[in-house]
Amino acid sequence: MAIVYIPTPLVPLTGGNATVEVEGATVRQIIDNLERSWPGIRERLIVEDHLRPNISVAVDGEISPLGLLERVSPASEVHFVAAISGGSNG
Amino acid sequence: MKTQTEASTDTEIGGREYAVVGTRPIRHDGTDKVTGRAQYGADLRMAGLLHGCIVRSPYAHARIRRIDAAKAAALPGVKAVVTAADLPAAGDRIVDLGEGATPLSYIRGNILAGEKVLYKGHAVAAVAAVSPHVAEEAAGLIDVEYEPLPCVLTAPEAMQAGAPILHDDLRTEEFGKRAAGASNVAQHFRHSLGDIEKGFREADVIVEREFRTATVHQGYIEPHNATALWNHDGRVHIWCSTQGAFVVRDTTACILDIPVSQVKVTPMEIGGGFGGKIPVYLEPVAALLSKKTGRPVKIVMSRKDVFEGTGPTPGSYIKVKIGARKDGRITAAQAYLAYEAGAYPGAMVAPGAMCIFAAYDLENVVIDGFDVVVNKPSTAAYRAPGATNAAFAAETVVDEIAEKLGIDPIDFRLRNAAKEGTRRADGPRHRRIGCVEVLEAMKRHPHYTAPLGGPHRGRGVAVGFWFNVGLPSSCTISVNADGTVSLVEGSTDIGGTRTSVAMQAAEVLGIAAEDVRPTVVDTDSVGYTAVTGGSRVTFSTGLAAYEAAQDVVRQMKERAAKLWEIGVEQVRAERGVFCAGDRRISFQELAARLEETGGPVIGRGAVNPKGVGGSFAGCIADVEVDPETGKVSVLRFTSVQDAGKAIHPSYVEGQMQGGSVQGIGWALHEEYYMSPEGAMLNASLLDYRMPTSLDLPPIETVIVEVPNPGHPFGARGVGEASIVPPPAALANAIYRAAGVRLNSLPMKPSAVMEAIWSAKA
Repeated sequence: MAIVYIPTPLVPLTGGNATVEVEGATVRQIIDNLERSWPGIRERLIVEDHLRPNISVAVDGEISPLGLLERVSPASEVHFVAAISGGSNG
Repeated sequence: MKTQTEASTDTEIGGREYAVVGTRPIRHDGTDKVTGRAQYGADLRMAGLLHGCIVRSPYAHARIRRIDAAKAAALPGVKAVVTAADLPAAGDRIVDLGEGATPLSYIRGNILAGEKVLYKGHAVAAVAAVSPHVAEEAAGLIDVEYEPLPCVLTAPEAMQAGAPILHDDLRTEEFGKRAAGASNVAQHFRHSLGDIEKGFREADVIVEREFRTATVHQGYIEPHNATALWNHDGRVHIWCSTQGAFVVRDTTACILDIPVSQVKVTPMEIGGGFGGKIPVYLEPVAALLSKKTGRPVKIVMSRKDVFEGTGPTPGSYIKVKIGARKDGRITAAQAYLAYEAGAYPGAMVAPGAMCIFAAYDLENVVIDGFDVVVNKPSTAAYRAPGATNAAFAAETVVDEIAEKLGIDPIDFRLRNAAKEGTRRADGPRHRRIGCVEVLEAMKRHPHYTAPLGGPHRGRGVAVGFWFNVGLPSSCTISVNADGTVSLVEGSTDIGGTRTSVAMQAAEVLGIAAEDVRPTVVDTDSVGYTAVTGGSRVTFSTGLAAYEAAQDVVRQMKERAAKLWEIGVEQVRAERGVFCAGDRRISFQELAARLEETGGPVIGRGAVNPKGVGGSFAGCIADVEVDPETGKVSVLRFTSVQDAGKAIHPSYVEGQMQGGSVQGIGWALHEEYYMSPEGAMLNASLLDYRMPTSLDLPPIETVIVEVPNPGHPFGARGVGEASIVPPPAALANAIYRAAGVRLNSLPMKPSAVMEAIWSAKA
């Protein structure tokens, strides 16, 4: 199972666990399975079937250009991180 | 500028020597640039052209009560006036235009202010007239009635309870949770590893400092410009100076609420950008004015417009606390970063937090980041955005700890240096990186041990990181009958990327770089290509060119097989020669026979790549501090950077020198000098002090090459990391020269003198 690193502000939602093992072949499946175990976490990560605007996902050390569609292997590490945004307001 | 380069040669992937990659051909656009034939946006002339002028707010924060354009409209020669009322409503739409998702209302509000102005220089209205002078006169006749409001100019002030609120609807968001009540803090995030309290308990030495950095501008020489023609068929054609033609297309289409297919953007040559020419300011306004008049409209900013109305880099307030054991191991590191986004959310605090401790292997870390709106221009990217501020803070504290422990500053960094597999504070592990190699190259360099040669002199070092990005790129290559190829790409060329991209295609095709003719084209003529930014073009567009060239080679093999009446599997391609047994035909000879073997050969490459390689840079700086005036003179400066594989070493050196010089300017001279009312008091290049060649020593360069496994030639982006360490290195050098540690940028003479006087007192 993939290891998911829970963002610090969401750790209370996973019972204080900073990392959890989750099944899933894509980031979307990972989040769906997280939600089954820890209700409430999905809405903190996803809005309208996309990752929230300020959140990116890194799989195995690399920010994914595919977001929810990114493939995840059983040996993967998954991180949800603050998105690199800004300077786009003009 | 004098350059010394010492590049490692142990770089070929798979032990293969390159014929083109790593050489220094003359840039393809060189002749046009040096003879003045290159066409920039301001050079555009066309029949019936009108000229636009923007009306800007004199207040940093005010409600717009009324706009009366009657006098302006009545002026002879004036053809149209537009305000925010002419823009389609934005609603609640969130758009992602390549730099993260943003509410459309913010983008729209920055292009033409609606109910409120949020900074001095905020665009309020625009006029089109028969000449620039008539347009300027008419702009002065537009009567705007304002209700001035209190302004707030720094992040700490904006975060205080009771501070003036810029956006009534803005709530602090923290990983999907919105706080109750309006705030100037758009976002808070935290990264943490290990047990920070335990880490500090284990430390023998702890240093905690506060830092402030001023708002600075990218300082590109060419002002923003845009020309638009809203044609009678409903299509809009825009010519402009931009780092991303597709971003201009998509933003303009969003703002005007028309399909992207109705907008065509032709990127002109670009006279510098450094991140500041990613946002859109003028294009939708010029398009609206063209729609109203039926004629093409050109708008060119003045330097004052550029300073006051475009996006500088965030000013910031940073706290850093680091603890270390006597053996030189860091036990804990903590940072608090509050970055000024300017008028709308989007300060580059996330990359600042990502980079601040990226050079170190840390067990216990906490980083808090805050994105804070203030009454200054909406900030934009600036070369490794967010990282320079952060490195100034972290690297001066690291230097102070090394001094307290009596350890050489490079040795201290090496003892704690990040390596492949090191977990970064923001979570992911570093892939293959060159942090150690950069530090070792710094230590080996003769500069590091050279005598300083006089009193009041000091030497400082620092390192910095930029992660670089991938993002989509497209490219096509068509084979010409004379054996050359035409390469079509969508990445505007700021730093010689036409050539670095062409060289990668040439390497695959086995032809000379000069036989690849690269052209940057409009948005109708190439597949989607993201911005020229994030040090991505040589990596991503280079990868697209690599794929397109591989596609050409595949097709050329088929043509050779057809000529020889054999199976394609028997044909090999070896450095521009196709072979099968004793048969050989060169790329050029085969190119002349395309018509008889099936017609044109066109290769395509379209990528959205992974495998991005982050880049470390370090620098060694010698300064002399005048104890009477506080003036800091940079005596010697050496920049060291991991390029992965330097595709064109001269352009890598150029990026390193350019980034270093901008970092020196940021460190010693540059700032938005603001009045308490939020007016920039130095909005000209006479008063905004950028360094010139007279202020600088030769910038020596050392290219370190730790290949990036994610790129076929090992390339890493090189455009940004070199700006990250200079302010910290200079601060550390000033300390050794004058005995004072400065914690604010710029370290201008008055600040140095105040520090010296305080130390004496």
